[in-house]
Amino acid sequence: MTKSIMLGRSAWGIFWMARYLERAENTARLLDAGFRMALTRGDAHVRDEWKSVMIALGFDEPFAEKGGEFTGAAVSNYILRDTENPNSVLAMIDYARTNARSVRTAITREVWEATNETWMILREALARPARESNLGELLDLIRRQTTLVRGAMEGTMLRNDIFSFARIGTHIERADNTARIIDVKYNILLPGTDWVGSRLDISQWEMVLRAVGGERAFRWLNAGALDPKGIAEFMILDGRFPRSLAYSYSHVTSNMAWLAADYGQKLSAHGLLHAANARMAETTIADIFDQGLHEYITEFIETNQAIAEAIAADYRFIA
Amino acid sequence: MKPTGPVPFDEMIDADGGIRPAYAGYRHWYDEQDRRWMATRGKEAEGAFRRAGITFNVYGDTAGQERLIPFDMIPRIITAQEWSQLGLGIEQRVKALNAFLHDLYHDREIVKAGIVPARLIEGNAAYLPAMEGFTPPGGVYTHIVGIDLVRTGPDEFLVLEDNARTPSGVSYMLENRETMMAMFPELFAQVPVQPVSDYPRSLARSLAASPPAAFNGHRPTVAVLTPGIYNSAYYEHAFLADQMGAQLVEGSDLQVVDGRVCMRTTRGWCAIDVLYRRVDDDFLDPSVFNPTSVLGVPGIMEVYKNGGITIANAPGTGIADDKAIYSFMPEIVKFYTGEEPLLKNVTTWRCAEPDALAYVLDKLPELVVKEVHGSGGYGMLIGPTSSRGEIARFARKLRANPENYIAQPTLSLSTVPIFTKSGLSPRHLDLRPFVLVSPEGVTITPGGLTRVALKKGSLVVNSSQGGGTKDSWVLAE
Repeated sequence: MTKSIMLGRSAWGIFWMARYLERAENTARLLDAGFRMALTRGDAHVRDEWKSVMIALGFDEPFAEKGGEFTGAAVSNYILRDTENPNSVLAMIDYARTNARSVRTAITREVWEATNETWMILREALARPARESNLGELLDLIRRQTTLVRGAMEGTMLRNDIFSFARIGTHIERADNTARIIDVKYNILLPGTDWVGSRLDISQWEMVLRAVGGERAFRWLNAGALDPKGIAEFMILDGRFPRSLAYSYSHVTSNMAWLAADYGQKLSAHGLLHAANARMAETTIADIFDQGLHEYITEFIETNQAIAEAIAADYRFIA
Repeated sequence: MKPTGPVPFDEMIDADGGIRPAYAGYRHWYDEQDRRWMATRGKEAEGAFRRAGITFNVYGDTAGQERLIPFDMIPRIITAQEWSQLGLGIEQRVKALNAFLHDLYHDREIVKAGIVPARLIEGNAAYLPAMEGFTPPGGVYTHIVGIDLVRTGPDEFLVLEDNARTPSGVSYMLENRETMMAMFPELFAQVPVQPVSDYPRSLARSLAASPPAAFNGHRPTVAVLTPGIYNSAYYEHAFLADQMGAQLVEGSDLQVVDGRVCMRTTRGWCAIDVLYRRVDDDFLDPSVFNPTSVLGVPGIMEVYKNGGITIANAPGTGIADDKAIYSFMPEIVKFYTGEEPLLKNVTTWRCAEPDALAYVLDKLPELVVKEVHGSGGYGMLIGPTSSRGEIARFARKLRANPENYIAQPTLSLSTVPIFTKSGLSPRHLDLRPFVLVSPEGVTITPGGLTRVALKKGSLVVNSSQGGGTKDSWVLAE
């Protein structure tokens, strides 16, 4: 069989298309978790909740600079559609579509149309400010549309290097997003004196799980019980949970192995990834808490970033 | 009040209100359809175009503005006999164009023979001295040509202009047909229409048939060079590359490596054999032409002249699009083919000639005046629809720089109805068939791009000025 030819720019485009779609979806999940939290909590804590959502997204500083109030409406609109926010969900969808357009020949018609339609629908849906009454509906729509694109990719794309770059992009981004949610909430996941957890703790734990779409799965695996160490283990090391770091890395790894086999060589990114996997494989949740959850996660985010940069250089994403 | 003038030739309905033979099958079907249902289908078609992203960017609009070219669902129909006549004329003209281009860049026999004046060539911005004495691979200058035709009567097809540089619009020919077949599948079972879907395959084969001397592989590597996603025809570039299984490259992907033009792939540099470029000559090679261009490849001209790559269309073919050159086409066809031209030109006055200029200035309110290098319907005067002030202003520009203009009579372009809320209503249109040239021969896809003026009575069909498109049918024998 002939090997496919792929432009470095196309690999770059598809990698970032996948990353932006993943980030849009994860942003919607995080916002949804914040929204639920705000509905069920007293006013005193609501502001802090919204602030922590903004910190996880890296929006807290620019938002404060423009004089934004940490209220549900202001935060939601900033995250979803504010034209001053270059990383809003709407901007993310726009970048994903621009990337899809620039790699139009590397994706199928169905993937392109799903992406284009997603852009059309969300642009329309986010044309007016979000209100509390329709926020849930909007967030559902974002999740549904990004799922549609992922389904089109899964169902119609050739399993070649193009597909691998898309998958690697998805899982590098997902690992990053999950890690950032853990990091902003690490203090509530540290074992406290009250081992059973106050009502406040429990709702915080639920929110963290909800932000990664994992609250049901966790309860199901743990017979309904919630504990912070278990949650951290679930989100970091549990290879069964599709938004855990371990799961994301198993997919980055298998797709990178596919590339190494197809291209007949391992490159610098393979070396970095191998080392990261080896570390994760021999780490237990107890080790992580001994080292310090915050330190562990910070290091993970940095390594993840370094691997993404090595992939871009190894596969000639840019000149 | 409608301007008085000859009643335009309607391609569907004859002078007595009867249906012409070409449209008999279609009208039979149409008359059985519910008009509201048709209108709904039209809306759906627009949605389908938007989802597919078949949009174009309008220059001067704010970034990100993408527009649809309006699509009218009443087809433009040509009979098999009409088409085969047209085909003969098109083939003759395209062969003459290629012979003319070769001659211009070599011995200039046609200038020596006193037929085309040297002044139209020397100093013409579209003429490239860099091409002198060089013969492109396979001897082909214009791999892809679009010939703009207008119809004025039953057997009267005239060439309005030749597009030998980088004709666009072929994606609309293909997508319009796809849309029609999706909207009205049963219609195609009733009326036999020749398919256009072979075009991308023919294009790929045609391009691969002229590989450069350096090619020594199994199958030439073809790439489409686009200025990028903000170009007005980006959709078409991506569409054609996709349909041909070719890479869609931008200048930033390319570099000259070891005497070949190579693209940066994830596996390293990979040589391109045939480059279907949708970037103008001027931007192709910053080391030879416009030095500020980032759309091209520094050094590509040298590689080209050393037999390292085929560029389609060849650089320097744009001179054949010049409207002053156009006015000599009947003589050009005769000179190179030894035959009488089968396709007629529109009568053209070259304002550079004093007698012609005097005539044109006198008759300005009746004429259409165009810039010789212009395109897209910009910078022209349509006498009959212009105010006295506009005509006076244009006359001043014309007197100041007469060699920049040609003039033509205002043609009574044929009409075909479009679908409107109140039923069928005739509109003026033109036709651009797409022609492929390779050392193996000339291939003409049965159909083309029909552009239609959507405003009643308007003669301007350009999409940049409110024109739309129709599916163009050539009936099967």
